[in-house]
Amino acid sequence: MKRTTRSWLERIIEQLLFGCAALSILVTAGIVAVLIFETAAFLREVPITQFLFGTEWTPLFYNKKFGVLPLVAGTALVSGIAMAVALPAGLLSAIYLSEYAPPRVRRIVKPILEVLAGVPTVVYGYFALLFVTPMLQNLLPGLSGFNALSPGIVMGIMILPLVSSLSEDALHSVPNGLREGAYALGATRMQATLRVVVPAALSGISAAAILAVSRAIGETMIVAVAAGQQPRLTLNPLVPIETMTAFIVQVSMGDTPAGTIEYRTIFAVGMLLFLGTFALNLFSNWLRNRFREEYQ
Amino acid sequence: MTPTPGTPTLPSLSGLTSKAHAAPSTPLKIDVTTLNFYYGPKRALHDITIKMHANQVTAFIGPSGCGKSTFLRTLNRMNDIIPGTRVEGSIKIDGVDVYGENLDVVALRRRVGMVFQKSNPFPKSIFENVAYGLRINAMAGTRAELEGRVEESLKQAALWDEVKDRLHDSALALSGGQQQRLCIARALAIRPEILLMDEPASALDPIATQRIEELIYQLKKDYTIVIVTHNMQQAARVSDFTAFFWLGRLVEFDQTEKIFTNPTEKLTEDYVTGRFG
Amino acid sequence: MATPRRRRLGDQLLQASGLFVMVIALGALAALLFDVFVDGAGRLSWQFLTSLPSRRASQAGLATALVGSIYVIILTAVIAVPIGIGAAIYLEEYGARGRMARLIEINIANLAGVPSIIYGLLGLGLFVRAMGLGRSLIAGAATLALLVLPVVILSTREALRTVPNSLREGSYALGATKWQTIWTQVLPMAMPGILTGLILALSRAIGETAPLITIGAITYVPFLPDGLSSPFTVLPIQIFNWLSRPQAEFLRNAAAAILVLLVLLLTMNAVAIWLRDRYQKQRTA
Repeated sequence: MKRTTRSWLERIIEQLLFGCAALSILVTAGIVAVLIFETAAFLREVPITQFLFGTEWTPLFYNKKFGVLPLVAGTALVSGIAMAVALPAGLLSAIYLSEYAPPRVRRIVKPILEVLAGVPTVVYGYFALLFVTPMLQNLLPGLSGFNALSPGIVMGIMILPLVSSLSEDALHSVPNGLREGAYALGATRMQATLRVVVPAALSGISAAAILAVSRAIGETMIVAVAAGQQPRLTLNPLVPIETMTAFIVQVSMGDTPAGTIEYRTIFAVGMLLFLGTFALNLFSNWLRNRFREEYQ
Repeated sequence: MTPTPGTPTLPSLSGLTSKAHAAPSTPLKIDVTTLNFYYGPKRALHDITIKMHANQVTAFIGPSGCGKSTFLRTLNRMNDIIPGTRVEGSIKIDGVDVYGENLDVVALRRRVGMVFQKSNPFPKSIFENVAYGLRINAMAGTRAELEGRVEESLKQAALWDEVKDRLHDSALALSGGQQQRLCIARALAIRPEILLMDEPASALDPIATQRIEELIYQLKKDYTIVIVTHNMQQAARVSDFTAFFWLGRLVEFDQTEKIFTNPTEKLTEDYVTGRFG
Repeated sequence: MATPRRRRLGDQLLQASGLFVMVIALGALAALLFDVFVDGAGRLSWQFLTSLPSRRASQAGLATALVGSIYVIILTAVIAVPIGIGAAIYLEEYGARGRMARLIEINIANLAGVPSIIYGLLGLGLFVRAMGLGRSLIAGAATLALLVLPVVILSTREALRTVPNSLREGSYALGATKWQTIWTQVLPMAMPGILTGLILALSRAIGETAPLITIGAITYVPFLPDGLSSPFTVLPIQIFNWLSRPQAEFLRNAAAAILVLLVLLLTMNAVAIWLRDRYQKQRTA
């Protein structure tokens, strides 16, 4: 091949490959564009203060109310329960795996944790609805069939591997010198871990926790199956509620024609969800970079 | 151990080079004039001028980090793949400026082959390793031609007898010394005129090293060889001419025997007698 | 100053609670699998796998969903693989330093953290409405392709990074161009890692429900998909559909379908792991 033909071909290939990479920017642009377009149309009919601060959400009823707070409350409630399960458990698991576990145990446990993370969420929904809820109903007789507690707990189990593995990475990056310094002063492993290693890894662990919250907020199927479809501004985990994600599913399953206000609500709610998770992810990244700087 | 403080005054090189050319009767192959090389803002090579003739073995010696590998890599433009590098001055091979505007780098690398410090055979069969250069440069038409060239290169690299019955085994199964000879065969397959070797034996045991040195001696008949080495005894054994580099500058360039027995520069003498390094 | 016994107690407590957490987590997984198996294994049969959905639970089958899932995954792979591998090659081999490349990298990392239902909204607004593809197989596959794209790109880059630079240098020194080097040396060597990452990404996609519901994969599709623009459904949506019915027979169907889904996932993951192990051995031959 002549040199000019060859270099021309190389240039074309490079442009093609660049196009593939740049496509990812188009994806983000697409998400933002779609959300903005429909949310703007929505906000032309519903004032933003009513949307963000209203306490009743009945867009599908005859008497329409567009206050999103019940959905936000539902999301917050379920995510809060999930984090209450996943955070301590995940941290304990990370401490155990990083500081105590013999290699044989690690080799068995870590793949199993990965399996836990890989189970499809609709299967977790099944588990929450048909196993955990009846089980909890024996303990808490007032628990209704759809509630926030059961999907919250199951979601916590699903997120546990994420918290555990990210926290373990953070603990692992703490230089051994710190541990050895503590041991040299006569500390037990527990004292060294809890008083030196964990505080040193705190920003890394916080980054992990925030990422987990972001995951919990965006999770759809577990709540769609087991939490119910009753938007309710409450902190009571024993009654049916509805999360932002479950609402989007609810509307999508129906026959809502495009261009109607009902159709637009899912994009408005989606916009809120996107902004929330985006902010959390950004914050988590910032924390993680700060953590890396400390130890590199 | 560093030499005594105070900037040593470097000799002007014009006198040296004329002396070096009294001996070889072969034509001038590599002609480097005031070469400066930059990694970003940092100047790594300062005003290198050197002339190397065909069918001679030239050794580059000097302490770590003195620029000998960097200089070697400018000869086949391997430094192009590192971002932010810049070249000033000229390198002419057979009279053609290697950094000229329209120069086809691919064609250059066909004529100037390279063997690396750590052998890097491809994770393919022995046959495919040697055939690779032939394939991408479209140098062998038929299967028979390809096989012939592969055999020829392996013989040149003194590896044929050891691998002729297992050409299609993985190259990674060979010993370190064999892998390095395979890399030499691979480089020779495309029939370069110049062979650049960057510390080819530094990762090998003494017996393998000896075989490589014997090989270099054989190859001299057909190729111009430039070899970077840490090992002064190796340089003394293997090369006709030696260039001593220090902190990115060419301190002295002369016939090997003279460099090691009666060097002109004090710095050179200090280095070859082991006073620093 | 704590007595030696108290100090050891603290250690033992920490260790025990860590172990306790593991046991609970494993126990939950075991309970889940056991529960699904007990509920659904009895319902598994050839008839179940090959029947179309029906309003009668006993006659309803998985055929549409199973076929739909397979079609969707294949289409998703067809779309995501060239784009994903191309993008990874560019970022890893060509554009590593530029500001544009950094921007793209940050962007991809962000996209990996966007909830899957948002991708559904994107698919709805873009593919279903703006591009007029309707609630079709191709719209679903395109949406899923965008969802798995960041994962494919990230895992392909990992695989490309494992190829040592000495290989690239050896190739360049023989006169190969950049693309020749990538195509004949780098890609073949990275391919097992790329394939493993791809299969893992697809195995996640096959369990995705939310984005496909959002673009309108209808939950009751009593016929097999017959083309790119055909309506369709997938396994997880069928499971969701059956879960939403109160009758116990439908719940049993859901359990059985979950078993099928889990077997599918297990197979895909096993293949991915086998691939990775096999080529690990070959590399270090």
